[in-house]
Amino acid sequence: MAARANDVWKVYGAGEAQVVALRGVTAEFARGRFTAIMGPSGSGKSTLMHCLAGLDATSRGEIFIGDTKVTGLSDGGLTKLRRTKVGFIFQQFNLLPTLTAKENILLPLAIAGQKPEPEWFETVIKTVGLTDRLGHRPAQLSGGQQQRVACARALVSRPEVVFADEPTGNLDSRSGAEVLGFLRNSVREYGQTIVMVTHDPNAASYADRVVFLADGQIVTELSEPTADGVLDTMKRLDVLAGVNG
Amino acid sequence: MFRATLKSLLSRKLRLVMSGLAVVLGVMFVSGAFVLTDTLSRSFDSLFRSAYSTIDVSVGAKPKIASGGLEDGPPAPATLPADVVERVRAVPGVASAAGDVSAEGARVIGANGKVVPSFGPPRLGTNWVDGSRLAELREGHGPAADNQIAVNASLAKAAGIKVGDQVSVLTLQPRKTFTLVGIFGYSGGRDTLGGATQVAFTDPVAQELMLGEKNAYSSVTVDAAPGVQPAALRDAIQSALGDRYEVKTGKQLADDAAAGFEQALSFFNNILLGFAAVALFVGVFLILNTFSIIIAQRTRELALLRALGSSRRQVIGSVLLEAVAIGLVAAVLGLGAGIGVGALLAKLFTAATGGLELAGIGVPAASVISAFVVGVLVTVVAAVLPALRASRIPPVAAMADVATPDRPLTRVTVLGGVVSAAGAALLTVGLSGAGDATLWLILAGVLVSFIGVALLTPLIGRPVVSLLGRIFSWSVPGRLGRLNSGRNPRRTAITAAALMVGIALITGVNVVLQSATKSLDKIATDSVDAQLFIGGDPTEDRPPTFDPTVITEAGKLPGVRTAVGEYFDQAMVNGTKTYLVATTDAVAAADIFSVKVNSGAIGALGADQMVINSDAAKKFGLAVGQSATVQLSRGEPHRFTVVAVTESSPVFPGILLPPAAAEDFAVRQLVAGYIQLRPGVQPAQVQPDVDRLLADSPEVSVVDRSGFLKQQTSGVDQVLQMIQILLALAILIAVLGVINTLVLSVIERTRELGLLRAIGLRRGQTAGMVTVESVVISVFGALLGLAVGAGLGAAVVRALNSQGITELVFPWSQMATYLALGAIIGVVAALLPALRAARLNVLNAIAHE
Ligand SMILES: Nc1ncnc2c1ncn2[C@@H]1O[C@H](COP(=O)(O)OP(=O)(O)O)[C@@H](O)[C@H]1O
Ligand SMILES: [Mg+2]
Repeated sequence: MAARANDVWKVYGAGEAQVVALRGVTAEFARGRFTAIMGPSGSGKSTLMHCLAGLDATSRGEIFIGDTKVTGLSDGGLTKLRRTKVGFIFQQFNLLPTLTAKENILLPLAIAGQKPEPEWFETVIKTVGLTDRLGHRPAQLSGGQQQRVACARALVSRPEVVFADEPTGNLDSRSGAEVLGFLRNSVREYGQTIVMVTHDPNAASYADRVVFLADGQIVTELSEPTADGVLDTMKRLDVLAGVNG
Repeated sequence: MFRATLKSLLSRKLRLVMSGLAVVLGVMFVSGAFVLTDTLSRSFDSLFRSAYSTIDVSVGAKPKIASGGLEDGPPAPATLPADVVERVRAVPGVASAAGDVSAEGARVIGANGKVVPSFGPPRLGTNWVDGSRLAELREGHGPAADNQIAVNASLAKAAGIKVGDQVSVLTLQPRKTFTLVGIFGYSGGRDTLGGATQVAFTDPVAQELMLGEKNAYSSVTVDAAPGVQPAALRDAIQSALGDRYEVKTGKQLADDAAAGFEQALSFFNNILLGFAAVALFVGVFLILNTFSIIIAQRTRELALLRALGSSRRQVIGSVLLEAVAIGLVAAVLGLGAGIGVGALLAKLFTAATGGLELAGIGVPAASVISAFVVGVLVTVVAAVLPALRASRIPPVAAMADVATPDRPLTRVTVLGGVVSAAGAALLTVGLSGAGDATLWLILAGVLVSFIGVALLTPLIGRPVVSLLGRIFSWSVPGRLGRLNSGRNPRRTAITAAALMVGIALITGVNVVLQSATKSLDKIATDSVDAQLFIGGDPTEDRPPTFDPTVITEAGKLPGVRTAVGEYFDQAMVNGTKTYLVATTDAVAAADIFSVKVNSGAIGALGADQMVINSDAAKKFGLAVGQSATVQLSRGEPHRFTVVAVTESSPVFPGILLPPAAAEDFAVRQLVAGYIQLRPGVQPAQVQPDVDRLLADSPEVSVVDRSGFLKQQTSGVDQVLQMIQILLALAILIAVLGVINTLVLSVIERTRELGLLRAIGLRRGQTAGMVTVESVVISVFGALLGLAVGAGLGAAVVRALNSQGITELVFPWSQMATYLALGAIIGVVAALLPALRAARLNVLNAIAHE
């Protein structure tokens, strides 16, 4: 397993303002697979991803990345985990404006004091199609190119698992498709594990598997999804949530 | 719009406090100055009023040389002949009249063998007037024999002496020893009048030691007969005596004395106002920067307001409104702190001078008004530029994703060049010019140059910052920090410029002082052929003196070739006030100072002869064979004939009189002695013998060349210390500026920091990144300061070339210290922002809007 959540609860606030964002989520994310987490807005997708990635602490339950138990790690431990086992792609503002594309890509390695493997770096660059853009700064790149730089950065350290939160949320459909295609390729060809949060059925259809969240609970999942299938399931989510709850 | 302004103001409390702090400090010094001078002047006022309340009318003599200003030193005591007392007694309406002797300069040697120091108030030597209403005997009796004295209670305490002790006193003459027979206080149970000390002698001793004249008094104190008004009596006495004497009522005396002190107080006032000026000047940079950053961060918000229909004017108004609000708050806080500082300084002042009763702490209206005017004005002025910039934000910026890119630097650079040139021009005119405006021109030149350089800073900053940053580039956080510091050239520039001001000031002053010291050294080495020097601390109010017999005796010592002594005084030469010197031996002096004679010849000077240098010859239009009328501190005007004109030299006096003339000097003792040894004789062989001759002049010592230099430049260290306090203040404010900039940057880059943390930057590395940015900015500021300071200092030194400052010295070790200081400042200033950056919650940072 690349990542695992075991009966994870997440509660924000207290008293009147209390929000239970996750209600006992148990899920496993197999190595070398592309998993999408889907659900309506406010269903807890981002919260789950943050907990999985060790960006946020769980209220109850345990998280594992590979063999490492994430729950209870100190800041130092979490930092080390992020350096070695986890890659991130956010919806936007992924890059440091002061650095070139290449520097941004190599940043996690530089921070960890590691050298890139030249072949792998070449491969990643070629796959994202940025070979001639490496010297540019983020402000000189389009949104889609910026996201591809972010993808390359997430992959270059060969993390155990890459987490992506709505990576195409801010892109037009063509740029989005490029990014998604690239993510799927990295799973197919290089065995990368990716967990992607999205609310776009079309984006979810690139994944090998879709996990559906509603109201902080996993209600169902689909394997080898199509866009139509995902859309269908989304429409029935309320009913499913009702059955489960 | 108004409500929106206030809301956004309140949501940014921390930043505003930081930027307001500089204004608070500035206002504090301004209002503190007012509170201090007001409180002290009222205290002195009430002191003099009660001190002189017992006097109906006083008759005084007009001094031969009018004293003008503090730097002239104590004037010669003006005296009136003893028969004036009789003439006053004869005036109808006079109940009694007594002659008073009172003059500055009675220095008591305490039980510890050292002269009891004064921190400003006079050390009076007087005659003892039995039954005086002012002095109240506490112990023993008044001096009845010529070997007896009485002292006031505060002096007895400070000197550690009691009735029956043998006490030595320095006066116009060297040490004399007396038996202390009485200790007295003053009306109202006071130990001292405003910190002054008093030694009372018998009439003849007081006349000889304090006035240097027999049968003379400084003033006559008159009691009016019952029913006679003081003012009427004054007029009667004045018409009886004629206008050679000044006749005043007690009330007039009190007013005059208070006015004299007010002048002395203006010194404190000026120091505090100087502090205020520095604080406010640096503060302007700080506020300007804060507003610029805040506006950059609020671009979208402001653009939205514009899109919703706000006019440009409204945007400007809203920014200026913020400035006014900050200015008001800063003024209130600064005023409060200023009252505290003023009160504290007043207390310190009374503690240091001992014995002034403080009137209640006063808050004059001027302090309140100036606090608000200064606070608001400075803040608003600093906010004008950012406000204009805010008003230029186009409404579409609300929709744009990224902040507008940094505008090109061409315009600031051109402006900076023009302003710098203007500053340099002002400096040049000020430094080369003579006249009253010189100091102001120089100050304005320095100020304008600072602004000019600050404007040029963004351009200079680019290469320098990137070069500096390379030092840190070996680590990833260092590299990121370096990149961040090059990110907003303007922001980095203004922050660094604020630091520049303090460091430039201290560097410049250091260059000038060190150059002066070196020049003096060179002069002493090149043109003074003496191996031993006699003198005292030149920064004393009254230069320490010694008896002329010391030189005569020293001249007879084995190993001594010649010894020369100098008397010093001010005089009116053909009606113009000037300093002059009388020497014990003009020929030897000319030899020791190896002065070149342009015309005439220097021989032993006759009683009516003088030597002048070419400057004096030009000033007074004199040549060899011509004569001038000289009014010395005592006696009648006297004509001296020029026997030689010398080249002007920094060591040889402009006007040199024969030793006989010193009889009419205010002080008939020597201020300086030069001893030339026989070849092969070591100074250390002769020094102890000369020391023995000086046993009765404890304020004076005999030193070798290096000791002499140290003595002459001891004032330099005091100036440096003063400046260093100023510097500390300027730097403190600049540090606030660096902290402010960094905190704002950290806030601005919250999301970036979150991202970096998410991809594995450790807390320590995050803090390191912020620290590097801070150090780069600070070191850049320090470098700028060093360069600008060295330039300004060199300019001043060159301008002072004709004044004898011929050497240009750069204080490299101090400059290195200041550079290191810059780096330390960077680290210190980064503490808070770095902590803040390191503590950021990764998730919140990423979600940060
Ligand atoms: N920091 C927070 N404090 C309080 N409530 C939160 C916080 N973050 C998320 N929530 C709440 O938790 C629930 C799940 O949010 P989220 O995981 O962001 O949903 P999604 O990503 O699926 O749209 C929502 O009801 C949201 O309001
Ligand atoms: Mg979300």
